[in-house]
Amino acid sequence: MTTMMSAATTCTQPLLEAKHLQLSYGQQVAFHDVSLPIASGEIMAIVGPSGCGKSSFLSCLNRMSDLVPHCHVQGEIHFNGTNILSPRTDTLLLRRRIGMIFQKPNPFPLSVWENLALPLREHGLVKSQTSRRAFRQAIHQAIEAVLRDVGLWEEVKNRLHSSALALSGGQQQRLCIARALILQPEVLLLDEPCSALDPLASAVVEELMLRLRPRYTQVVITHNLAQAKRIADRIAVFWVQQHKGQLIEVGSTQQIFNAPTHELTAAYVSGGKG
Amino acid sequence: MQTFEMSQLSSLRRAHRRDRILRHSLRLLGSITGLLVLLITLFVLQEAWPALQNLGFIRFWTDGSWHPLEGSFGLMPMVLGSGLIALGATAIATPLGLLSALFCQCYGPPLLVVPYRRLLELLAGIPSVVYGFWGLVVLVPQINRLHPPGQSLLAGTLILSLMILPTVALLAIASLAQIPSSYWQGAAALSLSRWTTLTRIILPSARSGLFTAVVLATGRALGETMAVLMVCGNVVQVPSSVFDPVRSLTANIALEMAYATGDHRAVLFVSGLVLLAIVAGLVVMAEGISNQGMSSESVIVHER
Ligand SMILES: Nc1ncnc2c1ncn2[C@@H]1O[C@H](COP(=O)(O)OP(=O)(O)OP(=O)(O)O)[C@@H](O)[C@H]1O
Ligand SMILES: [Mg+2]
Repeated sequence: MTTMMSAATTCTQPLLEAKHLQLSYGQQVAFHDVSLPIASGEIMAIVGPSGCGKSSFLSCLNRMSDLVPHCHVQGEIHFNGTNILSPRTDTLLLRRRIGMIFQKPNPFPLSVWENLALPLREHGLVKSQTSRRAFRQAIHQAIEAVLRDVGLWEEVKNRLHSSALALSGGQQQRLCIARALILQPEVLLLDEPCSALDPLASAVVEELMLRLRPRYTQVVITHNLAQAKRIADRIAVFWVQQHKGQLIEVGSTQQIFNAPTHELTAAYVSGGKG
Repeated sequence: MQTFEMSQLSSLRRAHRRDRILRHSLRLLGSITGLLVLLITLFVLQEAWPALQNLGFIRFWTDGSWHPLEGSFGLMPMVLGSGLIALGATAIATPLGLLSALFCQCYGPPLLVVPYRRLLELLAGIPSVVYGFWGLVVLVPQINRLHPPGQSLLAGTLILSLMILPTVALLAIASLAQIPSSYWQGAAALSLSRWTTLTRIILPSARSGLFTAVVLATGRALGETMAVLMVCGNVVQVPSSVFDPVRSLTANIALEMAYATGDHRAVLFVSGLVLLAIVAGLVVMAEGISNQGMSSESVIVHER
């Protein structure tokens, strides 16, 4: 149903769309001329060899690229019809609506509870209640709901107040996803979310992404073609040509794997099959 | 095949030998340093011993005044003087130093931050006699206008706070720089405000390093001699206000060592011993705090 939905929505206005995007670090161009529409509710996988600018591309989508010194972005990115690269964009608001999960799990050195309560309180997402007790109760409910969402509740419900750094890598990554979800963003950007995880833990994260599919638009970078094939609605292939990254092909998962139009894509996915 | 293995084996042996040489020379250097500290302490103890034996340790605290030639050896006013100057300087330099560090690491534009850091490094490198000189010709007259005589506890505190400011700031910068950038990124991705990021994540994680910075700066303030000697007035008394002149333990040693003999000389070594003990205590404290930070994996557990 979701694939049909995304196929239908691509015909209409995309939720997020990069237009002739170029990013450079100082003089060095990381990628250039990338135009990529992303439809509401779909999972878009980005694949390609190391150093072709995937992470750089992702970091533009919520302006995390602002944090990198000497990083310069040109072009346009439309989100709900407005260009988010314009200097007038409120990046705090933008990053609330477009959440990000990093390659390496990065929970804060706080308790599991506090990792989730901190963004909740910061953004006043829990309505202030008549009493302190009711307020805590409301926060607790939100935390429990999101931990159940990522399938972590049963594992951590007895250690909510111990350090998040003591969780396993897979648990930490799911906690980070929960932390992003608790702000109820519209889009999730995931930069190789499974690369630090063992196969079992990454299967859990994959399954989680599939469960989140109708509710959230997801853009995921992966080096694992089999994984892309399992979870993605559409796939974008990046490649380095003349020392610059670029988008060489984008299409539905089926088309990329069965009928790639670009010869590099063909070689890449057949390598992945082998 | 055989020769290949032989050559591998011999290069492995060579690597082992180099390792051994390095290890032994490092051990040697380390023990020389340790031995020096030990020897200095022993020497001071030995020189102080006659006084400790003849007068007893208690008298240094109970004698009402410091008249070494008349046999009255009260160290208390000077211990107090040293302590007050150091504490005052720490109290001023800590907030300024921490704010400077935050400015450098978190807020300042790179264009400003780099020269600012150079400035701090320069401040750290200025000889203390220059600070003292500046204090004497600029600061002391100003204070004198406010409330004579000018050479005072206040002057010493201000000069010292300027001197230890770069210590606090540079050590704090170093400890803030150790915070993994992934915390900053994670916080930015959750659009936490800078204030929340700092107060809830960054500062608590850097806590032990920041404490260490302050404690080491206090140690430096306690040991400082020249500048303090030049601006504090050096009257042995318990000050009744910040405008009163005071004498620090270090200034006392520097002033009287040249002509002291007998018990007097030995008592000066006792005050050196007291200083050594206080500074050693501070270093142990700093060590303890930073180890504590390590063992709890720099985890902050907040209210439940
Ligand atoms: N902060 C930075 N400063 C300078 N150059 C950078 C920076 N980050 C990335 N680059 C360069 O930009 C190019 C693209 O990097 P990017 O991290 O986007 O690649 P990637 O496709 O994500 O690679 P990988 O699959 O290995 O993660 C690389 O050549 C890299 O060296
Ligand atoms: Mg990457």
